[in-house]
Amino acid sequence: MSKRIVIDPVTRIEGHAKISIFMDDAGNVADAEFHVVEFRGFEKFCEGRPYSEMPGITQRICGICPVSHTLASAKAGDAIMAVNIPPAADKLRRLMNLGQMVQSHALSFFHLSAPDFLLGWDTPPARRNVFGIIAANQELARAGIRLRQFGQEIIEILGAKKIHPAWAVPGGVRSSLTEEGRAKIRAWLPEAFATTKVAFDLWKKTMKTHGREIQIFGNFQSLFMGLVAPDGTWEHHGGKLRFTDSSGSIIADQIDPANYQDYIGESVQNSSYLKSPYYLPLGFPEGIYRVGPLARLNVAEQMGVPKADAELKLFKKLGRGAVTSSFLYHYARLIEILASLEYIERYMDDPELSSDYLRADAGINSLRGVGASEAPRGTLFHDYTVDRDGLLQKVNLIVATGQNNLAMNQTVAQIARHYVHGNDIPEAMLNRVEHGIRCYDPCLSCSTHAVGQMPLHVQMIAPDGTVLDDKMRG
Amino acid sequence: MAAKTLTIDGKQISAEEGETILFAATEAGIKIPTLCHLEGVYDIGACRLCLVEVKGTPKLLPACTVKVAEGMEVSTDTERLRKYRRMTLELLFAERNHICAVCVANGHCELQSLAYGCGLEHVHYDYLFPRWEVDNTHRLFGMDHNRCILCTRCVRSCWHIEGAGTKNVSGRGAKSKIITDLNQPWGDSESCTECGKCVMSCPTGALFRKGSTVAESVRDRSKLEFIVNAREKKQWNA
Repeated sequence: MSKRIVIDPVTRIEGHAKISIFMDDAGNVADAEFHVVEFRGFEKFCEGRPYSEMPGITQRICGICPVSHTLASAKAGDAIMAVNIPPAADKLRRLMNLGQMVQSHALSFFHLSAPDFLLGWDTPPARRNVFGIIAANQELARAGIRLRQFGQEIIEILGAKKIHPAWAVPGGVRSSLTEEGRAKIRAWLPEAFATTKVAFDLWKKTMKTHGREIQIFGNFQSLFMGLVAPDGTWEHHGGKLRFTDSSGSIIADQIDPANYQDYIGESVQNSSYLKSPYYLPLGFPEGIYRVGPLARLNVAEQMGVPKADAELKLFKKLGRGAVTSSFLYHYARLIEILASLEYIERYMDDPELSSDYLRADAGINSLRGVGASEAPRGTLFHDYTVDRDGLLQKVNLIVATGQNNLAMNQTVAQIARHYVHGNDIPEAMLNRVEHGIRCYDPCLSCSTHAVGQMPLHVQMIAPDGTVLDDKMRG
Repeated sequence: MAAKTLTIDGKQISAEEGETILFAATEAGIKIPTLCHLEGVYDIGACRLCLVEVKGTPKLLPACTVKVAEGMEVSTDTERLRKYRRMTLELLFAERNHICAVCVANGHCELQSLAYGCGLEHVHYDYLFPRWEVDNTHRLFGMDHNRCILCTRCVRSCWHIEGAGTKNVSGRGAKSKIITDLNQPWGDSESCTECGKCVMSCPTGALFRKGSTVAESVRDRSKLEFIVNAREKKQWNA
């Protein structure tokens, strides 16, 4: 008898999501689908607005990664103006993006994910959270919170606000790095490096005891996509797109993000408001690809900074060709924190960041503009079409969580396959499915886990609609 | 001119005949909230924010247009007035689309600061969410009707400071709209001198310099006052 398990709601992603697990006649997991059931409509209601307002509007999509949206949006604006922004503005935007990487990755690692693998999967949810970490290891929790604060301080030093800074604009940025800000960042760096080292030690111990998780938490073949520099170095706010496959071979390289539509298709399913992008030449769903820290490290040949490069070498040894386990997103995140800190350290010695030439000026010189930037969770595209007065006619946003949608489906199915047998919904599965999703650090993990658990509603439903099992949590 | 003696909020003050209650109160250091009032242009009493109570008169009177009189007893800050001011502001917010967080005037907006000042926490009316367009056709400036409160400051400064007469009002009630020339795109206007006085006078983010981003519209209204003073006092003829 085939049946369907519904997990609803998974948690709040500015609303709700749910998971359906489809069973085959033998009572085994056949497939899984991750649905985002809330419609937000940014692409629609931005129509008619001046493009210059978009960095301010689109960053309101998210409270965790507003910087990513504001930077991609400003970049799309640069393209509409058809300007090269002043070099100082590019460096300052990069500095803010690095701060964003540090704060978002630290949040994901210390607050959201570490409670699972440090305290144990089957620790009661009431204790399996950041407060549990505080109880178990106060110093570690404090250091993690401080590391996140460091990233946020960088954002605030540049943009006057930790969240939703009105700073990046089409053509450049609004203010430079003050000497006071520079001194503050410089003084904080040693502590940030020290915390990162503690995190690495911890993670390496975790990897030794979590072989099973590495095996089954989203370990499958897929493509990977990310921005790289012309020489294949890790990029986060510039460069061109590269796709690699599971063997580590480059299948498309140095693609101008403005031509993303030649390579990325967007499948729309009736069951979800989240679009499912795929690699166009391979079709849907064969063109499944992953973005984010794991993908960026798979497509990059080097990080471009020494400490992170040493770690990247160790990381690359974990796969034959590409590193394919989504559980290793956590490791990739730490390497990106380290690289970000090293790049931030370099910028502290760059006098250009104090320049007052920060903003290029121009009218509408192109009726379409695409901005791409690496958000902590993956490559983010903002694609605007404007009329001759600069009012938006069409908006297309491709966000990281969407691009990882197909991969999250596979991850949930893979984990469920190992824990679901028969008609019961095992508690062990819920905890692990939660974490499988959390590996990708999609926005949905942000809102709830820090203070508790994901609210889960799981139903096992027979084809005739009979509820075979029902579990409610949260 | 004869001096008039009156009390405002219990304070005895003296004012020249022909002065408005608003002027007399301001001179005496008593602040009355205003929105459509703009130094340098005449008052029209449109926004109703400056309503005051005058003893012996059941109606509330706009301080910006009512002249002082001998023995007048004016109250500017009673519970009744506070209630009406909040109501007026709520109606303004409900009538069009005011989204402070993404507005060019955020932090520099008179409507916003009045709402803060009057303790406006909620809008009790249904938002109308009208669909108003943005006129971005002008080379230098843009007009977002979503943020317009129809104070007509722009119209008055265009006609009476600049003397161009480009801006005007069309329609009635909530459908009223600031227009350019004969209701044509601003960029096509033949009378507009591109002086920017309308943008300087706008209390919200409705009029802005093109390319402005969130919170970037900082107005310098002293320039308008400076021009009017210089003209009236014939400072340029010396």
